[in-house]
Amino acid sequence: MSLLASPRRLTRMGVLGMNQRNADFIMRYNPRRLYPLVDNKLLTKPLAIDHGIAVPALYAVVREQHEGKELVRLLGDHEDFVIKPAHGSGGNGILVVSGRFGNSFRKPSGDLITLEAMQHHVSNVLSGMYSLGGLPDQAIIEYRVRFDPLFEHISYQGVPDIRVIVFRGVPVAAMVRLPTRASDGKANLHQGAMGIGIDLATGTSRGGVCRGRVEALHPDTGASTADIRIPHWERILHLAMQCADTVGLGYLGADIVMDRDLGPLMLELNARPGLTVQVANQRGLLLNLRQIEQIHKLPSSIEARMALAQTLRGPPTTQV
Amino acid sequence: MRHPAVPVWVVVLVLAGLAISAYKAVILGMPVRPDQETEVWSIQARIGFQADGGPAIVDLAVPSVLPGFLKLEEHFIANRYGMAIEEDGDRRKVEWVKRRTQGSETLYYRISVTRSEQPAAWRDRPRFPSPPDYEEPYATAIRVIINDVRQESADVFTYTRELLRQLNARRDEPNVALLREAADSPAQWTRQIIEILKGVRIPARILWVLPLKEAASDIRLLPLLQVHNGESWLAFDPETGEPGVPDHLLPWQVGDDPLYSISSGGRGDVKLSVTRSDRKLIEVARDSAQRLDSVFADFSPLALPVDSQNVYRVLLMVPLGALIVVLMRTFVGISSFGTFMPVLIALAFRETQLLWGIALFTLIVSLGLMLRFYLERLMLLLVPRLTAILIIVVGLMLLISLVTNKLGVERTLSVALFPMVILAMTIERMSITWEENGAREAILHGLGSLLIAALSYLVMSQPDLVHLMFVFPELLLVVLGVSLLTGRYTGYRLSELRRFRNFRDGDQA
Repeated sequence: MSLLASPRRLTRMGVLGMNQRNADFIMRYNPRRLYPLVDNKLLTKPLAIDHGIAVPALYAVVREQHEGKELVRLLGDHEDFVIKPAHGSGGNGILVVSGRFGNSFRKPSGDLITLEAMQHHVSNVLSGMYSLGGLPDQAIIEYRVRFDPLFEHISYQGVPDIRVIVFRGVPVAAMVRLPTRASDGKANLHQGAMGIGIDLATGTSRGGVCRGRVEALHPDTGASTADIRIPHWERILHLAMQCADTVGLGYLGADIVMDRDLGPLMLELNARPGLTVQVANQRGLLLNLRQIEQIHKLPSSIEARMALAQTLRGPPTTQV
Repeated sequence: MRHPAVPVWVVVLVLAGLAISAYKAVILGMPVRPDQETEVWSIQARIGFQADGGPAIVDLAVPSVLPGFLKLEEHFIANRYGMAIEEDGDRRKVEWVKRRTQGSETLYYRISVTRSEQPAAWRDRPRFPSPPDYEEPYATAIRVIINDVRQESADVFTYTRELLRQLNARRDEPNVALLREAADSPAQWTRQIIEILKGVRIPARILWVLPLKEAASDIRLLPLLQVHNGESWLAFDPETGEPGVPDHLLPWQVGDDPLYSISSGGRGDVKLSVTRSDRKLIEVARDSAQRLDSVFADFSPLALPVDSQNVYRVLLMVPLGALIVVLMRTFVGISSFGTFMPVLIALAFRETQLLWGIALFTLIVSLGLMLRFYLERLMLLLVPRLTAILIIVVGLMLLISLVTNKLGVERTLSVALFPMVILAMTIERMSITWEENGAREAILHGLGSLLIAALSYLVMSQPDLVHLMFVFPELLLVVLGVSLLTGRYTGYRLSELRRFRNFRDGDQA
């Protein structure tokens, strides 16, 4: 394996680079004025609810430092919940609590944290530690997703999520992100979470990728990551397209989780989705993007666009 | 794909920057390299006379228009004399006045000049002379020569050249010999030619020039002939007919006025001497910035006070450092803490030198990071915590300076010039990255920052580049053009070639 890929080969495979993503897609298709709709979860959530998009229920919002003291009252009798910054990105600053014993809280890893530590976390969130540019922020307390048993045996703690890239309202790529021990239960591929490419047409998984290498098995659970059929696949794509229609961004990453009881929920939206989806799928994104870009007038109905997405050929591959 | 305005702007900016620089380098003679030297001629006119005790008025003709030269300095040195400078067209003279003079009096005029491509021209507009009534036998001789020359000339320039050629080449010819006989010195000869030229109504005058010879004293001014062609004054050597002022001759005075005059009864004289010295072109340029008759010289950092100049020497390098950041991010894909933090670190490296700088930076950030991890456990609010880190950073810097001072290492004292707020922010961001994305990511970003800072430092501390940016600040336009161009680069980054290196085309399942 050579140290570097040749740029010509990457071009042939339709790999999208960061510079091109920024210049040709984000700048062109994502008007800056729409960014707050996705960057501020306090705007995203009501907007989504208005448009009938399923999201985790909002329990409480902490806006001011002094409210941190009233955390216990704000939590009410919720036993499990998630605290996240309203302007967070990349999964940073998210605290998941899966159980509660009085004023002591249990994280999914089994570690306990004190109320004081939790208040400190909220205070950090409010100070803007996790927000872009360090601006003061709000903390959101919301429903903790009980993830679908489908992923139970292949995921290590944390919440696996499904990232769908939607371009001009048409899904062009998708992946599942599985937390690993190395990623500390976070679904962040940079930290060693596992990415699994999903075939858009069938909703079945291709092999997994961990730290840039193709891995057939989950590094912690040893379960096979290939040929998993994602349930409700069409509902997931439908949800992702609804999100794109709602916020109006042309190049959007929709993060969707599978809840055991509620089905697919939109967790957050991203106006600058990264390029890891290409790594997870081990194939480039650009050919699909260009194919959609060339269609002058796209169908308005979600069903027609879903059909279009399922015909996307992607980069030329020979099936083994 | 590309915005059509971008290439236009890039071309306009780059060309404008290069064109202005080239103009300044070639026409204004601004030095391209920092150690370029130029010769500077210092000319002294020393007037000495024996005073008779009464009032004295001393006049000295001094250079006015200096084509091909640039006046750097000019001094008038006289003990208790009142002084006035009179300018009248191309003539310029200094007048010294003293009520009581005594013994031997000495006055000095000093001027230093350097060669320059700066255009300068004599301004006097002469009247057309009316043909004089020549006396015989000269009248006939002159008439013959005038007619001969007229056959072979088209305008003032060619007429004068041809006249001089005939007067000098055909000395045996009786008419020429007659005229030459009457002139016993080069000055007389020049006056004779001026008289002849009056016959064809060509305005002419004497231009006195000073030969620039190394370490010469007691120099005499030489006469050149100047004719006016209706637009400008053209100079000729009256003996050879060679047009133009040779570049070893400094124009001192025009017209036939005496070089000096002393009103006091005593006799006096003037001695002209020349010395040559080599000076750094940049110093000359700095001294002459205001004297250059050009908007580009007026709006040069060289025209600023010296302490501001030093500030701009540094500031003008910052865009180059930023350009390094742009290139590293867009083409290589190295990430760092904060976009321009590496540039600020690089500025600090200027004081500490590179290796010391890297060592100190690493030391302070590592120590700060360790303390920051402890602060994390105390659960402080963000801003107080940042303040605490800042205080710790300052304390660490003091500590390092004190310890190394005791050890006798002086250079670490310059640690104080590190931007401590930047250090504090780096520590804070690094610790957050450490916790959020793991040690690997944090250290990679830290190393990336250091690498970019080191590269920026290497570029920003290049003496040739510092000099170029300072003397030719319009090169900022070129830097701007390059960054605009980079802004439309949509190709892969080097890091992506590595990131996607395992992709296989053609054989995947």
